[in-house]
Amino acid sequence: MTNKKEVKSILLVGVGGQGTILASKLLTLGLMEQGYDVKMSEIHGMSQRGGSVSSQVRYGEKVYSPVIEKGSADVLVSFEKMEALRWMEYLKPGGQVIVNDYKINPMPVLMEWREYSDTILDEIKKAASTKVVQANEEAEKLGNGKIMNIILLGATVKAMGLQDIDWNRIIRENVKPSFVDMNLKAFEVGLQL
Amino acid sequence: MKKLMTGNEALVQGAWEAGVLFASAYPGTPSTEILENMSLREEVVSEWAPNEKVALEAAIGASIAGVRSMASMKHVGVNVAADALFTYVYTGVNGGLVLISADEPGQHSSQNEQDNRNYAKFAKMPMLEPATSQESLDMMKAAFDISEEYDTPVLVRMTTRSCHSKGIVECGDRREVEPKPYVKNVKKYVTVPANARGLRANLEVRMDKLAEASEKSPFNYVENPGKKVGVISSGMAYTFAQEVFGDQVSYLKLGFSYPHPLEMMKEFCQSLETIYIIEENDPIIEEAVKLLGFECHGKDTFPAFGELTPDVIRKAVTGEEKEVLPLDCGSVVDRPPTLCAGCPHRGFFYELGKRKNVMVAGDIGCYTLGFAPPYNAMDFNICMGASISAGHGAQQAFDRIGSDMRVVSVLGDSTFFHTGINSLIEVLYNNSRTVNVILDNRITGMTGHQENPGSGRHADNSPAIAMDIEVICRALGAKNVVTIDPNDLKKVRETFNWALALDEPSVIITRWPCALKKLIPEDKEEFVGVFEDKCVVDPEKCIACKLCLKCGCPALVFDKEANKMTIDRLQCVGCEVCAQICPKKAIAKEGK
Repeated sequence: MTNKKEVKSILLVGVGGQGTILASKLLTLGLMEQGYDVKMSEIHGMSQRGGSVSSQVRYGEKVYSPVIEKGSADVLVSFEKMEALRWMEYLKPGGQVIVNDYKINPMPVLMEWREYSDTILDEIKKAASTKVVQANEEAEKLGNGKIMNIILLGATVKAMGLQDIDWNRIIRENVKPSFVDMNLKAFEVGLQL
Repeated sequence: MKKLMTGNEALVQGAWEAGVLFASAYPGTPSTEILENMSLREEVVSEWAPNEKVALEAAIGASIAGVRSMASMKHVGVNVAADALFTYVYTGVNGGLVLISADEPGQHSSQNEQDNRNYAKFAKMPMLEPATSQESLDMMKAAFDISEEYDTPVLVRMTTRSCHSKGIVECGDRREVEPKPYVKNVKKYVTVPANARGLRANLEVRMDKLAEASEKSPFNYVENPGKKVGVISSGMAYTFAQEVFGDQVSYLKLGFSYPHPLEMMKEFCQSLETIYIIEENDPIIEEAVKLLGFECHGKDTFPAFGELTPDVIRKAVTGEEKEVLPLDCGSVVDRPPTLCAGCPHRGFFYELGKRKNVMVAGDIGCYTLGFAPPYNAMDFNICMGASISAGHGAQQAFDRIGSDMRVVSVLGDSTFFHTGINSLIEVLYNNSRTVNVILDNRITGMTGHQENPGSGRHADNSPAIAMDIEVICRALGAKNVVTIDPNDLKKVRETFNWALALDEPSVIITRWPCALKKLIPEDKEEFVGVFEDKCVVDPEKCIACKLCLKCGCPALVFDKEANKMTIDRLQCVGCEVCAQICPKKAIAKEGK
């Protein structure tokens, strides 16, 4: 992972309101400080809450496009199970999946027009090297379910071999002071998963 | 200093460094964050205008007064502002004026995909097209200089990807610009035909000078020369092309893209065997290259709509697609945007959807989602403010042909102030028996909570007068006006009955805050205890009839094992719409 020339792509996906934006912001800040060229793309608008969201992070010596193509993400980090399957075609063959074992029912499931499949994690595991994490449970243990995004950030950093960046400082400088300690703990939990 | 910035943030940094003093905008994805960020810079007067035309006109006034000014808007907003734009191009500027148009190839959040590069040619003005965040800063800064040097407004054309993508940007300091002295000059600024004809002739001279400037601009350059295959591109499509072709081809990158640098384009094309024009949407560069007499591949190879992302370009040129994992994604369920738990539009659309023989004229906002199941309560929407006016025309037509259809027109508070207010004047003046509903959720919701003339706050959160919609409607001459709580389903039903029985226009204002709004003290005083409660299902009373699901609330979750409805406490804010639907009164507020 030390080859800076090669462009790497990290795709973070989830449901609006899950905190993908903060996680990808911290990720890009760390990468920039490490001397990488970094680009990130997000599509937002239309729905305030509840829609499928993605943050695309690319880094290397020189990055042109901020957009990750199908079949080219090195790692897919999904904050919700079905979102992982939705975005799997963006993973490159040989890429890695980090998926939060957490379910948010989309409206067609709530309305009972469609079923939320029980076998999603199995399908993902069959197709790619997959790490399933209980980020919401781990976050609850720390006292705040919302910081599961920082746990997933820790897991991503580990998967990409980016531990030598001073993440603790990045977190300290970019989250609200009253949440710093809890976020630092969450990041550590993510690194250990 | 190096910073990671979105294109929108970098535009603000560039304008700020260039000494901009006045900025105005109307929110619209993907342009909204431009003014939001500018309002944090205290050297700059930053304002939300009621619509894009007013925003540009205010910026024009500031420019005539002698300061650097800007207006920003989404692509369709430029249509609203076009009247002012075309004539200010004639007069030219005093302080520099820059118009930012944020286009939407791919229509991520828009009703159309118009290519606003056409406005540069149509209005006869120079255009800059940033491809990266750094270019957004650099070009915004340069745009003010070009505006003043050539006495013209400048168009900066962005797209969703250039607005919302982040890249590394080198930031500088602000340069305070001495205001240009204001000197009365009616020959320049009073556009009576006798003056305007002279201005029109000058415009041709100015465009010739701008064409020369475009040839010399550092924003137009050749990259990786000497190859047999060449790409001409502008904006974000250039980075997508680089991603696909790397150093295999030569590039002509157009940043100062109108007037076209024709000499430079000619010289670039002469040495090439194959030329690709990679531009999103319309064949604007392609047509210029063809007029120069060169054969090239443009829309014969690449799609004329949608984004030209690397996969699209690669497939178009080589037929190749990247290998993807073999996977059955049949079990993936769509996650369409939905009205949030506690959305004040829910109860209203639940009741409206039950009405028969009614055409619902919709508008642009979160409430457009009323078209979708389970409500199915919208027949059409066109553009900002069109609900009330198009509804009026429909009702007049129905009445004249003897149809008994009734029209209910629906729009939000910010959309009412935008252009809906003119449409209501149409209804009242020409007297159609339409039911006109203003869904006042106390904020501009869909674009992420921007203030508006009714919200009581300015762009910088300082107190503003909160215009009273009911008073405005009465002042316009509306006789039948009521304001109701849209969460009270019985009241909504009774109000529809009242309005549909009238043979003249009526206005219904539903007044309840957006469930995601950061409440201000005035809200807390008016809507006591709002969003503080949770509803809960009494499993003893629930008969699993699922009628409550018909209100489409994402907080309602059916527990199959228990065969009972449940409510997600994290999402519920206690609006009690579901509780009123439940035939067994099994849903109530916690502790009550």
